[in-house]
Order: sequence, then C-alpha cells, then structure tokens
Amino acid sequence: MTTTAATPVFYLTEEEHHEPGGFTNLGFWIYLMSDCLIFAVLFATYGVLGASLAGGPGPRDLFDLSLVALNTTMLLLSSITYGFAMLAMHRMDQKETIKWLAITGLFGAAFIAIELYEFRHLIHEGAGPWRSGFLSAFFALVGTHGLHVSFGILWLIVSIVQVRAKGLIPANQRRLTCLSLFWHFLDVVWIGVFTFVYLMGVLR
Amino acid sequence: MSAGHPEAAHGAHEARHGAHHDPHEAPHGTYESYTRGFVLSVILTAIPFILVMFRPIDSAGYTAAIVLACALIQILVHMIYFLHMSPKAEGGWLLLSTVFTIVLVVIALAGSLWIVYHLNSNMMPSMGEMPNIERPYDE
Repeated sequence: MTTTAATPVFYLTEEEHHEPGGFTNLGFWIYLMSDCLIFAVLFATYGVLGASLAGGPGPRDLFDLSLVALNTTMLLLSSITYGFAMLAMHRMDQKETIKWLAITGLFGAAFIAIELYEFRHLIHEGAGPWRSGFLSAFFALVGTHGLHVSFGILWLIVSIVQVRAKGLIPANQRRLTCLSLFWHFLDVVWIGVFTFVYLMGVLR
Repeated sequence: MSAGHPEAAHGAHEARHGAHHDPHEAPHGTYESYTRGFVLSVILTAIPFILVMFRPIDSAGYTAAIVLACALIQILVHMIYFLHMSPKAEGGWLLLSTVFTIVLVVIALAGSLWIVYHLNSNMMPSMGEMPNIERPYDE
C-alpha cells in the first residue's frame, strides 16, 4: 500500500517515456493480424464454395501447376531479397538497401504479371468469376492477395524514394521494417493459397 | 542528402548498440538466418509441388497429408526466419495477438466448413432434383 490516506491516486501521475514510434511494430503487427482474418474469411468462402462448379470447369481442368510453381518461386525470391535489403539497412548501407528493394519490387512485379496472365487466360477460356461459385471464391481470394502484393509494390517504390531523399533515418528504418513484415506476411498467405487452392484443387 | 547524414549516423549508432535494450526494438535476422530460412522454404515448397505434379505416391490421402504438413512447417519457418517472431518480441504481446488470431482463424474456418457441410447434407435431397445444379461434397 503506497497510497497515502490524504490523497489516493487512481491514475498514473507520470506517463512512461516512449520513443516516437516505439509501438509501431506491435501496432502494425495487429493490423496484419486483422488482415489475416480477412484472408481467413476468404479461405473459408473458398472452402465452402470450392466444390460448387455449376457444371463448369474444375480446378483440375483450369490450373497450370508449372505456372503456379514459377509464381511461387518469384514470391519466395522476393522474400529473401527483402531480407537482404533489411540486412543492408542494419549495416546503414543506403545504396545496397535501395538496390535490394528494387530487386524485390521486380520479383513482386513478375509475380503480379504472371498472375494477371493466368487470370486473363482463365477469363479467355470462359472461366471468369461469374462462371461458378468455385471461380467466384477463387478470384476473390487470389485477387485479394494480388491486390495486397500490388500495394506492397507501390509502398516499395515510395520507400525507395523516401530513402533516396532522406537517407536511412530512424523514421525510414521504421517504415522499411513495417513493409518487411507486410511483405513476408503476404508470402505466408501465399503458402496457404498454393497449398489449399492449387495443390489440393488439382489433387482432388 | 546533406541534411540526412547526421540523422543517418545517429541511426547507425542506435542500430549497433540495440538502442539501450529498448524492448520495442524489432529483432532482426542475420545473413545466415535468412539463407537458412530461404533454403528450408525452397525445400518445403518443392516437395508438395513435386508430389502433386508427378504423383510419386499413388494415394491421394497420403499426398494431401504430406502437402499439408509441408505447408504448416513452412509457415512456421517463415514466422521464425523472416518475420523474426519469438516469445519475447514486444514483451510477449506479439505472440499473444498472434495466438488470439490463430484461435479466431481456426474458429472461422472450421466453423464455416462444419456448418455448411451439415447445411448441404440437410438441404441436398430437394436441391439435387433441380437440373444444372451440381451437388457439392457429393463425390
């Protein structure tokens, strides 16, 4: 009992000192967890509708696994190159950081290009999102992931511009750390996509 | 550029000395940990793709089990080597929020599939008579 009888204090008289952005990582992580719930709902939708073909083509007819393998390779490579960018950032090597960020962006763009090619091919075959419940759920899930990667690339470009303009100041380091979480998180979601949608779909 | 240098130097100092053991300092990996994570994920991606594309194992059940196991292990590999998760990060709040999210995800996924599966098996007799409607889960 430290309170005195005269003036009981029920609040913190002195706020704890925080570095600016000290909770950014945790806050961003909680955002990612909320994003994770969005993907969980889309996965659940796909799980529910995945077998509703409405007489249309199924996963086995539509999916080209070698294309998906190439796509997965692009995303995996972009993950390791982002890792190299972070290592260069911790060494305070601005040139290397920008170089690896740019390479990461190129791998990300290759991923999006392959995905758009796949979507165009599917729609061309008459297997657009309107064809069946399975395809609606497929385009919603894979398209949402693709949109996330696209915005990740936009963020990458903005980051490169910021690092160029201001150098690797603490604020920029914080931003790059957040983007790193975002980028690796999208890779984790993609593991779920290629396992449950593509591999399990072809296996079924 | 010139304005950025003093601050950048300050950042280097902070990064090297771990900013006075700031509990909110994000943990970061090394070249070895990133490479190890990458090699593990390449292996864990290659195994399921080879299993499904070339079907060395005839049984679809065994293949599916191995593919699922690889995915789970790879998610863990990414969390440890790329996202640098540890029980101590952010004073344990990172792990707590993640475990909470996993619980919600499992409830949402398992609950949806379970409920709709039962809904389908209860509704199907009448739905099955309608033309042009394929019956899900009826294989």
